[in-house]
Amino acid sequence: MSGVLVLVETVDGTVRKASLELLTLARRLGEPAALVCGPADEAVLELLGEYGAAHVYAVENPDLEEFLVAPKAEALTAVVRRTAPVAVLVTADHEGTEVAARAAVRLDSGIITDAVDVVAGDGGPLVTQSVFAGTWATQSQVVRGTPLITVRPNAVAPVAAPVEPVVETVTVDVGAGDRGSRIAQRTPKTGTGRPDLTDASVVVAGGRGMGSAEAFALLERLADSLGGAVAASRAATDLGWYGHDFQIGQTGKTVAPQLYLASGISGAVQHRAGMRSSRTIVAINKDPKAPMFRIADFGVVGDAHAVLPALIDEVERRKG
Amino acid sequence: MKIVVLVKYVPEPTAAWRYSDDRTLDRAGVEGRLSELDEYAVEQALSLMENGLSATVTFVTMGPARAVDGLRKALAMGGDDGVHISDEALHGSDALATSLVLARAVERTGFDLVVCGMSSTDAEMSVVPAMVADRLGVPQVTFASALSVDEGSVTIRRDGDTAVEEVVATLPAVVSVTDQTGEVRYPSFKAIMAGKKKPVTTWTLADLGVEPALVGAAGAATAVRSAAPQPSRQAGVVVVDDGGAAAQIADFLVAQKLL
Repeated sequence: MSGVLVLVETVDGTVRKASLELLTLARRLGEPAALVCGPADEAVLELLGEYGAAHVYAVENPDLEEFLVAPKAEALTAVVRRTAPVAVLVTADHEGTEVAARAAVRLDSGIITDAVDVVAGDGGPLVTQSVFAGTWATQSQVVRGTPLITVRPNAVAPVAAPVEPVVETVTVDVGAGDRGSRIAQRTPKTGTGRPDLTDASVVVAGGRGMGSAEAFALLERLADSLGGAVAASRAATDLGWYGHDFQIGQTGKTVAPQLYLASGISGAVQHRAGMRSSRTIVAINKDPKAPMFRIADFGVVGDAHAVLPALIDEVERRKG
Repeated sequence: MKIVVLVKYVPEPTAAWRYSDDRTLDRAGVEGRLSELDEYAVEQALSLMENGLSATVTFVTMGPARAVDGLRKALAMGGDDGVHISDEALHGSDALATSLVLARAVERTGFDLVVCGMSSTDAEMSVVPAMVADRLGVPQVTFASALSVDEGSVTIRRDGDTAVEEVVATLPAVVSVTDQTGEVRYPSFKAIMAGKKKPVTTWTLADLGVEPALVGAAGAATAVRSAAPQPSRQAGVVVVDDGGAAAQIADFLVAQKLL
């Protein structure tokens, strides 16, 4: 069977959920093979096998962690040349995108980014993208080289399909030219204790209408009641009310949770682009003309400072 | 020192965008503007100069005739001159072709530092800076939220999801900057007038020595098979809070099986 190469990311010694999603998608196109940049220890191998990786290529080279992007691009290029997969799947985050981009140059292969769906098509994978702030959808294919496809997190739910992987350690020569950008320091960010924003099934988001940084505490309490993540509009993050890591929109994160509750967010086109595909949208805003109401399934014209505390109580009541 | 800033002229975000019959973005049918994210690249290049770096700043863009307006906006903010790469054969170019053309242009202008935005605001791929670095054979230092140049080397802060990194590279290098790098200046009327007088050179593919077969729709490594508007979400129920809205939301969530 034809192989599909998945660039897998490990975080805190385990495989990232987004990588398990890629393995699940890979099965639609062929036999999944995982490329791990770093040692593939027991726990990682077990999880990769559980989600269908028939082969695991582990590239052990400290350059991959010490220098930015280029060494991983060379590792991906080398494994593609060796194994000739029918497609390569990578998570559409900053690093994955740039690794795939440079591999595209080295392999002279087409690259399609930020896929929301990938299926087997005539002549190669058919990739769906949501474009123009989510107002249009396109289907595209790579027509030259090995298709390099970056995939948006949460495009598909990971599904287990256990196999016993064949594991191989691969040596990759990283040239001096690929050791130009040195990662001089790396400071891990502390977790919030809430679900990761791109993975969360509930997102509670606040905008300028919240009025202050302190008001976000209300959103945090509501998120905790609902078991969700907290997010913010660009206006709120620019004002310093919440961290930029939690910003939804064109220059921030794109999410598609089951429930997106927007409080005090007017809903500019760049914001809507980042949450338009949420299954259910609830909006609370003082301004009846707020564009967010045009896409909300349930809207409340009112003061978030009055509605939110009462909502937290109602949610707790219904849960209990 | 020579700083080259790569900028893109994109459709106005508030306009309704559509695909043409050849399944390319219909750029002619809408107003355009200098891509908002590229303004941060312009700002950072100018700030480096103003903070003591002895440098010239050249803006380079690849695009149809109107793309020169993007250069003029950048030149209104500051800088010395512009280069407009324009050729009919470029219509329908993919990222591989775009990066090839830009890399050749930058080799022709000469460069110590290439500065880009973190992504275009139309294709939104975030691949061109990395591809250009690969083609130029220089380090990439991308997604910078802070940037400094000192003694022939560039240092950035890169804010990832799981970690903050400090990345260092010696020049020449390609840098891309995010919208976290600081406020973009608003040009005065005087600056806009001065910008109109700064020299802009136009280059074709022949000037760059790039074969037309490598670019445009003919040279593209990807093909759009179909493009269609997504069904727009319909507005649902909207209520005015009279004290009961919280309960109504909770009822709604229960009905949707979200609670």
